[in-house]
Formats: sequence, C-alpha cells, structure tokens
Amino acid sequence: MSDHHPLTEAIIRGRRKDVPTLVSQCLEAGESAQSIVEHRLVPGMAVVGERFKKNEIFVPEMLIAARAMKEALKILEPDLVAAGVKPEFTAVIGTVEGDLHDIGKNLVAMMWKGANMEVIDLGVNVSPAKFAAAVQEHRPNLVGLSALLTTTMPAMRDTVQAIRDAGVPVKIVIGGAPVTHTFAEEIGADGYAPDAASAVDCALALLKQGASS
Amino acid sequence: MTSTAPALRFNRLAIEDPRALIFGRAPHPLTTRDGLVIGGGTVYPEINFTLPSMGVNAATLPQVCDQYRQIIKGVLRRAAELEAPGVVVEFETLPPMTEHPAWGLEIVRILLDGMVAERDKSGLRSVLRLTPNDNREFERPPLMRRGRYWEAMLELFDSGAAAGAELLSIESVGGKELHDEALVNGDLAGSLFALCILGVRDMRFLWTHLHDIAEKHGVNCAGDTACGFGNTAMVLAEQRMIPRVFAAVVRAVTAVRSLVAYECGAVGPGKDCGYENPILKAITGFPMAMEGKTAACAHLSPMGNLAAACCDTWSNESVQNIKLLGGMAPTCFMEQLVYDCRLMNRAASEGPPAAETLQRWLVESDASLDPQAYIISPAASIELARAIVGADSHYHAGVAAARRAIDLLSSASAAGALRIADNEAGWLEQMADTLDELPQDEDTFIEEQLALADPEKFLPAEYEL
Ligand code: B12
Repeated sequence: MSDHHPLTEAIIRGRRKDVPTLVSQCLEAGESAQSIVEHRLVPGMAVVGERFKKNEIFVPEMLIAARAMKEALKILEPDLVAAGVKPEFTAVIGTVEGDLHDIGKNLVAMMWKGANMEVIDLGVNVSPAKFAAAVQEHRPNLVGLSALLTTTMPAMRDTVQAIRDAGVPVKIVIGGAPVTHTFAEEIGADGYAPDAASAVDCALALLKQGASS
Repeated sequence: MTSTAPALRFNRLAIEDPRALIFGRAPHPLTTRDGLVIGGGTVYPEINFTLPSMGVNAATLPQVCDQYRQIIKGVLRRAAELEAPGVVVEFETLPPMTEHPAWGLEIVRILLDGMVAERDKSGLRSVLRLTPNDNREFERPPLMRRGRYWEAMLELFDSGAAAGAELLSIESVGGKELHDEALVNGDLAGSLFALCILGVRDMRFLWTHLHDIAEKHGVNCAGDTACGFGNTAMVLAEQRMIPRVFAAVVRAVTAVRSLVAYECGAVGPGKDCGYENPILKAITGFPMAMEGKTAACAHLSPMGNLAAACCDTWSNESVQNIKLLGGMAPTCFMEQLVYDCRLMNRAASEGPPAAETLQRWLVESDASLDPQAYIISPAASIELARAIVGADSHYHAGVAAARRAIDLLSSASAAGALRIADNEAGWLEQMADTLDELPQDEDTFIEEQLALADPEKFLPAEYEL
C-alpha cells in the first residue's frame, strides 16, 4: 500500500528490472525526462535516504535503489542531453593526499548522486594540485574532502588553500573520523558533516545559501 | 586457469574446551629475549600509540621523533610505577614511515632505546612488536608482489628485526581491493572470494617472505589481522551501514585468511585488532593479543569485555599522543591496560575456577547483545574453529565457517540467547541461500567471481590467477 508513483515505488524497492517499462510508460504519457527525474526518481531516492537515516534499511539496500535509479537515468540520458538538462549542482570529491581510506567518501558520493548532483570522484591519495586542476576543469559548486588519518589532516588544509588559490568560487565540505567542525573553520572550509546522511543536508544548505547570496 | 590450493596445515584443534580458551594461557606460549612468557599464565599490557594531527615528512621528522621519545618514556614509566609484569610495545607505522624505511627504523631505535632505559632504571621487561603498515595499495590497482612499496616494506621489516624488533606483524591488505565493495553491497560470495581466494594467496606469499626475514634475525613472526576486512565490517555495522549479522558472518570467514600467517610459521601473539583471534587460538594454540573496551579511543566495538576472554596480551589498538586531564593519552591508556591485566592475573592466581568465573562474566556481559560479540565467544569460536579445520581447502573452510556462523546465530536467536534486530533477521536466511548457491568446485567459483570483479580494481596476476 503506497501512494507513490509506480516508478518512484520501483526505485524505493530497488526493482531495477521493472524500471525500463515504467520509464517508457511515463515518456509515452508525455512526461518530460526532466520531470521524470525531478518528480519520480529523486523523490524515490529521498524516501530511501530517509529510511536509511532512520536506520530502517542498510547501505546494501540503498545501493540496490541507487542502481535502479541509475538504470532509469541511463534510459533518460539522451533526452536530458538533447534538452540541455543537467543536474542543478556538480560536486568534486576525493580523499586527500597520503590517505587511502575511501569507504566513507564513497558513501558520501553515493548520497550526493542520490540527491541528483553530478559527482566527479577523484579517488584516493589526491594531491592539492589535482583537486585544484579538477575544480578549474569541472567548475563544480561543491568540493568534498575526506581524511581519516591525523597525519593527512595537514594535507586537507593544503588542499583547501590550493582550491581557494584556483580562484573558482566553490563551497568546500570536509569529513572523516578525525575531522571536526572546528577544524573545518580553522582551515577555511565552508562546512563539515559527520556522516553520509548529513553530508547531503550540509551540502544542500551550503549550495542554497550560495545560490541566494 | 587452475588453482593450486594447498590444504590447510592445521587439521585439529589445540583447544577443544571453551573454558580452556581463556586469558593468559595458550598451549604454545612464546618466550621473549627479555623473559616474558606470553600465554604462559600472565596477561601483559600491549600499548599502542600514534601521532596527533601533524604531517610526517623530512622537515617534521625531528618533531615526529620527539613525539615517540616522549610517548615511550611516559608509557613505560607508568607501567613501571604500576608494577606491570612486563609490557609489549607495538609500533604500527604511518604510511610515510614505511615508504621511507629509514624513518621507520629511526623510530624503532628510539622505542628500543626507551625500553632499555626503563629496564635499566626499574627492571621493567618489554618487547617490541613492529607492524609496518601495508602501503601496497597506494598503487591502484595494487601491485602485491613487486614495486617500490613492496620493497620498502620488506626493507623496514628487515632492518627493524635486525635492530631488535622481536615480533613482526602487519595488517595486510591482499584481497581488500574487492572486499570493500563486497561489504557495502552485502555480498557474501564476494567477501569469500576476497578473503579465502585472494587473501589466502597473498598471505601465503607475504608471510613466506616475512618468515625468511624472521629466521634471518632470530625473531618471531607474530601474526596478521583481517582488520581491513572484519574491522571495516564492524565499523560499518557500528554506524548502521551494514547489518550486524553480516559483519558477524564476515568475521567468522576472516579467520581463514588470518590463519595463513600461522600456516607459514607465525607463532603469536596474534595481532591485537584481529577479533577473529579466539578462533585462531583454538586452532593453533598460539597466544593472541586482543583489544576491546580499551580500544574505544581508536574505534567503537560491541565486544568490549568479551574480547578479553581469551587474550594473552591486552591492547588499546591506537591512541593519539594528545593531552588528557590525567596525562598524555598513551600514558592514560597504559594505566587502563595495566589495571585490566591486574584483574585478570589476580583471577588466574586464585586457580581455574576463579579465572573461569571472570571469563564467563566477560563473555556473558556482552555475548547476548550483539551477533558480532556472540560469534567470537569461546564456545562459538571453538565451533567455528572446528568447521575450519574440518575443511579440505581454504575456500571450503570459508564456506564452512560462514555456514556454521549462520547456524550459531540462528539457533542462539531462536533460543533467546542472542538479540538480533528485526530488520536483520531476513539477512541470515539470505546469506544461507547465497551459500547454498555457491559451486562446490573452487575453480568454478573463481571463474564466476572473476567474471564479476571490476578489472580496474585488481590485477588477477598478482594472485596467480
Ligand atoms: C577501515 C579502516 C581501514 C581500511 C580502509 C579501507 C578503505 N577502503 O577505506 C584499511 C585497512 C585499508 C586501513 C588502512 C590504514 N589505516 Co585505517 N581505519 C579503518 C577504520 C577501522 C574505519 C574507517 C572506515 O571505513 N569507517 C567507515 C566509514 C563509513 O566511516 P568514515 O570513513 O568515518 O566516513 C563517514 C564520515 O566520517 C563521513 N565522511 C567521510 N568522508 C567524508 C567526506 C565528506 C566530504 C563528508 C561531508 C563526510 C565524510 O561520512 C562517512 C559516512 O558516514 C578506522 C577507524 C576509525 N575510527 O575510523 C581506521 C583508522 C582511520 N586507520 C588507521 C590507520 C593507522 C591506518 C593505517 C596507517 C594502518 C595500517 N596498519 O595499515 C593504514 C593507512 C592507509 C592509508 N594510507 O590511508 C587509524 C588512524 C590513526 C591516525 N594516526 O590517524 C584508525 C583511526 C584506526 C586506528 N588504528 O586507530 N584502515
């Protein structure tokens, strides 16, 4: 029993196999690709994210939903490209130089994608110069930095500096076990989030604030 | 492609009675140069420490060395004041210290000097465990058997052992490049492939080399840990990212991978963060380091007391050298370890019934509350150990351990002896189904998994595949 659209429901339940038919039905009914993304897919991932936040489901279940969403996006992509529709926000994310921990970073990337951001993942052990170059190349709205080692926290500071020096206006969010809100302020980052779920809220709050200012 | 899987070296248990899987006593104790007898009736504190927020490079090396000088002096002084019966000091390096073995070696020397100084002053006996961190995955996909990370790591083992680090350990990462993915996907077959096929092969290669180094310098291979596998799962479960029952089953399987170090000549004490160590102690009879509530400084766990039930050294995993109200954090943690050890040693001194009572309290205070605790309780550990030694290959041992773990958890839950969350119950069934669908034949399994594996993530040739 659910009052969600069948496509939204398929995303929530991760029924990837049902997705192509349901997407075609929406398109045949005259819905635009953009509207399908905004009104059918993103709300589905939002429900999944909410359930995850409430500890009702786990990451594997969330990934199944994410794969269903990806399936839909794959079908819609040509239409989206033709219509010049792009996700509202682009983010660059990576683990800082000297650090190989990436599970947390990957989860944050996944959550950001679920919130319909385009996410460019630079991987692990990413130097400040590489972050700066990526920011210049992709002109993102948001950069996420992850560090799990106390000894790579200084690299985080250098990375923030390098991104600022690149001169692209961008919000920087940091995270990882040893990192704190205070540390974020100290190194001139714009935000800090303790976990993947709040990383979405934190990012959206900063981006909306950026958009209105 | 054919897999040349040698059989398991251990085919029976060293400890069959859960009551004998107890703190301070191992069938094959280890005597150090300084006369500590680990597993010989006394539990020793094993202290670990790491740097506060700071870079490690040529410019900061003097400050880095000062940190370690200060740490070793502080922790050993406190241990001596509290009349610890002896101390194991673990030096787990940070990546630049393995990448530049000369830096790692300099710190090894600082620690050994500090240990000698305290011995001269108070007679405190100690031994150094050297744990170079495994940098091989800095290369993506990782080069497991060659290249500068491999060479540098062996160099640090060699020079450290020559300098006097008597226990060699590592948290090796072979197979991890696929395991992270398996964990977040709740993929038990993928986990088995990473641990029991890739992990086992890498362990055999790595520990054969470490054994040669140990022989050359007359030191001991202590043991490995499936930290990057089992503890990653535990931390993920702790954060409600993956089900606890899944993490518990993965833990059971990690024992198969960690066992290989002992098959290649390691003699313990097994590495502290290997929560699979009770299973390994039951199989090998070698002493084991464990960590529990005293390691909350490094990561949270659901088995803070239970983990001590069969420890031979008791560790804090890692704590930053920062100032707490009581003193510097490593010194404070040394104090906690010493008191925990005092309690266990006191119980043991009153004879087996007293020791067994404390052991039971340690177990029963945690076991029913979390499947990850339950699965490494002495009784469950022996069951899992039995499943492993009864198998004819590491692959089959992994499957057998997983199956036994699922059975143990299901029956404990049915009997009301273990609490399993509502949203996790279905996972036990799902995992059992996965096991039922696995091919019996190892080569078929390898073929299936290779077809699924991301070729950008790992190099099959590094695992003889
Ligand atoms: C798993 C793990 C590993 C795995 C990593 C697997 C992987 N692919 O990432 C392996 C085994 C490879 C590993 C290696 C090492 N590790 Co390690 N590791 C851990 C452990 C146990 C858990 C980390 C984890 O994955 N957590 C689960 C994820 C989901 O949580 P998370 O990373 O915190 O991410 C969440 C938040 O922090 C946040 N977040 C994270 N990033 C970002 C980014 C943004 C933008 C935002 C908004 C939020 C955000 O959201 C995430 C999701 O909720 C930690 C313990 C700990 N307390 O964290 C030690 C720990 C970090 N490791 C440690 C050490 C020492 C090492 C090694 C040096 C040791 C060794 N012996 O090999 C190497 C170093 C490798 C390197 N160069 O980086 C130490 C660090 C000590 C220190 N000085 O800082 C720790 C604290 C454990 C300890 N010994 O005390 N490690």
